[in-house]
Amino acid sequence: MIRRETSPSPLAGPQTESRPAPRRMSLARRREAWQGYLFILPWMIGFLTFVVGPLLASLYYSFTYYPLLADPTWIGFENYLNALFKDRIFWLSVQRTLLWAITVVPLGIIGSFFAAVLLNRAIRGKTTFRVLFFLPSLTPEVAAAVLWVWILQPDVGVVNSVLKSWFGIRGPNWLASPDWALPSLILVALWTGIGSIRMLIFLAGLQSVPQELYDAGAVDGVNWWQKIWHITVPMISPTILLNLILGIIGSLQVFGLAFVTTAGGPAYATYFYALHLYQTAFRSFDMGYGSALAWFLFVTILVLTLIQISLSRRWVYYAGETKN
Amino acid sequence: MQTSQSLNSPPGGKLANQGVNRGHRLRREIGNLLLFALTAALALGFMFPFFWSISSSLKTGFEAMAYPPTLLPKVPQWSNYVEAWNAADLGQFFINSLFVTGLSLVGQITSSFLVAYGFARFRFPGRELLFILCLSGMMMPVYVTIIPLFTMFRYLGLINTYVPLILPTYFGSAFSIFLLRQFIMSIPLDLDESALIDGANRLTILTRIIMPNCRPALAAVAIVGFMSSWDAFLGPLIFLDSVKKYTLPLGLWFLKGTIDDALPRDHLLMAGAMIATFPVLIVFVFAQKYFVQGIVMSGIKG
Repeated sequence: MIRRETSPSPLAGPQTESRPAPRRMSLARRREAWQGYLFILPWMIGFLTFVVGPLLASLYYSFTYYPLLADPTWIGFENYLNALFKDRIFWLSVQRTLLWAITVVPLGIIGSFFAAVLLNRAIRGKTTFRVLFFLPSLTPEVAAAVLWVWILQPDVGVVNSVLKSWFGIRGPNWLASPDWALPSLILVALWTGIGSIRMLIFLAGLQSVPQELYDAGAVDGVNWWQKIWHITVPMISPTILLNLILGIIGSLQVFGLAFVTTAGGPAYATYFYALHLYQTAFRSFDMGYGSALAWFLFVTILVLTLIQISLSRRWVYYAGETKN
Repeated sequence: MQTSQSLNSPPGGKLANQGVNRGHRLRREIGNLLLFALTAALALGFMFPFFWSISSSLKTGFEAMAYPPTLLPKVPQWSNYVEAWNAADLGQFFINSLFVTGLSLVGQITSSFLVAYGFARFRFPGRELLFILCLSGMMMPVYVTIIPLFTMFRYLGLINTYVPLILPTYFGSAFSIFLLRQFIMSIPLDLDESALIDGANRLTILTRIIMPNCRPALAAVAIVGFMSSWDAFLGPLIFLDSVKKYTLPLGLWFLKGTIDDALPRDHLLMAGAMIATFPVLIVFVFAQKYFVQGIVMSGIKG
């Protein structure tokens, strides 16, 4: 088997590393090491206290019945079996969340990508447009939520008013309608998501594509779409992968937007996984079952991320690969 | 097509060539105009919710609820902001948010900077592994740790205080550490070494050499830290009980829940949404230049 050379990833250390280290560290090296540990000590303490400790604790809780006011009692896999075979709301929330993820992630990434392509062109007022596209992503989640509740208000909201007086259409109840609540939230997520940091990352990626490739393409007479599909997309595929991984991780955890706008309703239409988890742990105070739900999510995210990374070998192209 | 044609055309066809070029230029001109129009239309679409929210926040309660809605308020009711600030307690929420965000920001920047320096400039066994562990923190859903954190802080009697919101920021945030480390590594090592020869210690190097060179990354970290703390919803929702202690996002949610149809208060809610948004915009406008630079130079491209 031929082992692929890895790209110079951000994980690689400074170049000084390549020197073979002596078996016993010199006094200076040992001093340097201790100082290094001292500097990263805050993170190490925090990582143990706020990440590793809680992680293990929640794993333990997930195998217990823990109603907060009493001590946890061990019940084995009961919480997990409950989730999988008894809790209908669990599957409902899984389904809503997957529906959310498979719409918001691709639409968001495609939207951000084309926004970046558009803003990368030499058009007048480019910088201003970049800021205008970016501003919605700066709106605090809750502020965006109440803002859109007002815009999509069924009777006097601006969207339905325009639909009625300009087109004579009676608009749906948007967030108050079981059919339209999810699409409404997707709209809000795209408003805040398209011009976000993701767009800036794409812009940075676009600027790193060598102009020669486009020039060569022009000589061969490729059209706009071919240029995007055969030059831009492969060249920035690492950026797409990063955004895909982060996007899926984020979308599976959607909470605040739905919690504030619809509280999961109407008729569970926007009852996402995290809402179920919150309800279980912090309203019903069933900490054991809540932890099981959390671990289920964690493992799902881990597996999805690993699958994406392994699949990425087929479609992600690292330009720096040969240099190594 | 145009280009390849003109390249293939024999040297004699100079006139025809110019004609092609003129058509080409015209088409480019029209194309640019269309692109400009498209971009402007999209920008307008992105901006409209802001405009609508500001316009609504300046209407009287009944004007805001009127059908059909008017584009602009008859007389801008600037007093709405005063009313929202006072009557709806948003002033208190704003001050609470400022307090939490301020202390979190100090903690996050200082600790992340120290840790990033440690990862970037020192050689020690296990460094790569520890750094990967640090990054893995970014991938972890908050929900796996929030339940034990809740029980822990409850055990310590710290529920309904700001400690659970502020304390964890003093131990570095994975994203900030990553960004700063990437940036520090782009600063030439020679600067450090010559300072070391001159007898400077590591802390002096950090404050005199690394810090001044890190401004764009620090600005990016500050914005991201400000936003994550200012926008935080789940943490305050879980850890704060009494309304008096609510942060601004929580307060907005609370205010939304108290609106009833008898007394239209949506205009106040819109004022509240804008009060929550303005500080972020102000911070962004000040640090905008550095922010983009910091993101781009850290090389986050995958």
